[in-house]
Amino acid sequence: MEEELTFEQAMQNLEKIADELEKDNLDLDTSVKKFEEGMKLSQKCNKMLQEAEKKITILIDDEEKDFTLNTEE
Amino acid sequence: MEIRPITVQELNKYIKEKIDDDEFLNNVFVKGEISNFKLHYTGHMYFTLKDENSLIKCIMFKSYTPNLQFMPKDGMKVSVLGSVSVFERDGVYQIYCKAMKQEGVGDLYEEFQKLKAKLDKEGLFDNSHKKKIPMFPKTIGVLTSSTGAVIRDIINVSTRRNPNVHIRLLPVPVQGQGAAEKIAEGIRKMNDENLADVIIIGRGGGSLEDLWPFNEEIVARAIYNSTLPIISAVGHETDFTIADFVSDLRAPTPSAAAELAVPNIEDVKYTIMTYQNRYKVALKRKVEFMKMRYEKCMSRRAMKEPLQKINERAINLDILVKSIQNSINNKLNKAKSNAVEIITRLDALSPLKTLARGYNIAQKNGKVVSKKQDISKDDILTLRFIDGNVDTKVIDKK
Repeated sequence: MEEELTFEQAMQNLEKIADELEKDNLDLDTSVKKFEEGMKLSQKCNKMLQEAEKKITILIDDEEKDFTLNTEE
Repeated sequence: MEIRPITVQELNKYIKEKIDDDEFLNNVFVKGEISNFKLHYTGHMYFTLKDENSLIKCIMFKSYTPNLQFMPKDGMKVSVLGSVSVFERDGVYQIYCKAMKQEGVGDLYEEFQKLKAKLDKEGLFDNSHKKKIPMFPKTIGVLTSSTGAVIRDIINVSTRRNPNVHIRLLPVPVQGQGAAEKIAEGIRKMNDENLADVIIIGRGGGSLEDLWPFNEEIVARAIYNSTLPIISAVGHETDFTIADFVSDLRAPTPSAAAELAVPNIEDVKYTIMTYQNRYKVALKRKVEFMKMRYEKCMSRRAMKEPLQKINERAINLDILVKSIQNSINNKLNKAKSNAVEIITRLDALSPLKTLARGYNIAQKNGKVVSKKQDISKDDILTLRFIDGNVDTKVIDKK
């Protein structure tokens, strides 16, 4: 799996794998491989969801500070 | 000499004629602020136009009002076009308005249309240039005022949908002189330093003048040149600015912009779970299918009794061998009986019987001699008797 997979690409791959797996003519070995690949990728997607930084910041004069509402109102 | 007084009516009539004769007063263009505005039930508009030092009564007849681009209100700065005349009954002069436009606004609107047409022609609004909003941005760059409802709404909606999201606010003035430059600069900074995955620019509702920075060319070009996708949320749902046309996505309100930028994390998780379920179901089905095929295979007789076929073949083979034997025997028997019959017939015709009666057969050089002329003197003849052969010599031929 590539390191720099965007979330969009990852989601597209999830769809592709599902389509392939649902085809009737796929042999069992490949099916198991695809299944593993899909489960791994979906877990990676779930991880990506948690990766964001969870903060609210304000940029003033090239300096980044935490920003809380109502402090200036 | 007695001076005859004139009537009030006559005086007013005289004044009216004087004024009506004046070319300048026939066509005046006057600016001022509206007060005492009344829309009469007849459809005529009555109001006063004033500035700091002076005021004048105005009337606009019903026949002219449909051409108005706006509804006049007290306090509104306007300029009116009309003629000054006298209302004889009340002895007042007033402006009979034919047209009215809102001071400043008309120009802004014209400017808006002109810029819009120009940028449209240049292709700044082309859909082909619009960038896709990322499916799951980690950092949302927000260009708006650090105070007020806009940033509050964006933070509330964004964090509700995805508590993990990073909101990076770059505060900019959103109205007044210099705001457009600051907004454009903010967009460039976000791009240059790659500060966000998607940018929201916006402000709350306001007058056309308030929203004006978002109608300026410098902002339009900054949006167009941005490599980061931009969602615009300027004013209310009904307000459209140039920025809305250029940006990659227009949101009717700042809250809507946050909804468009930040996907609901629960929805995304659900989608991922749906995929996992699809995989599981697909693999399970595949395994079951394989199992079914295996069972079907095993349930066939060949698999159940692998020797059956061979035994069947062996039996067949035996039958075949037997039938071959039979037919050979038959043929043999038939031949035998044929032979017996032929032998019997032969026997009947056999010379041996003749020999037995005392006749014999003369042979010369292995050939039967039946006539005298075939024999010469001294020929060796073999005589065949029933019990054997005797060689004889011809002594004489009479």
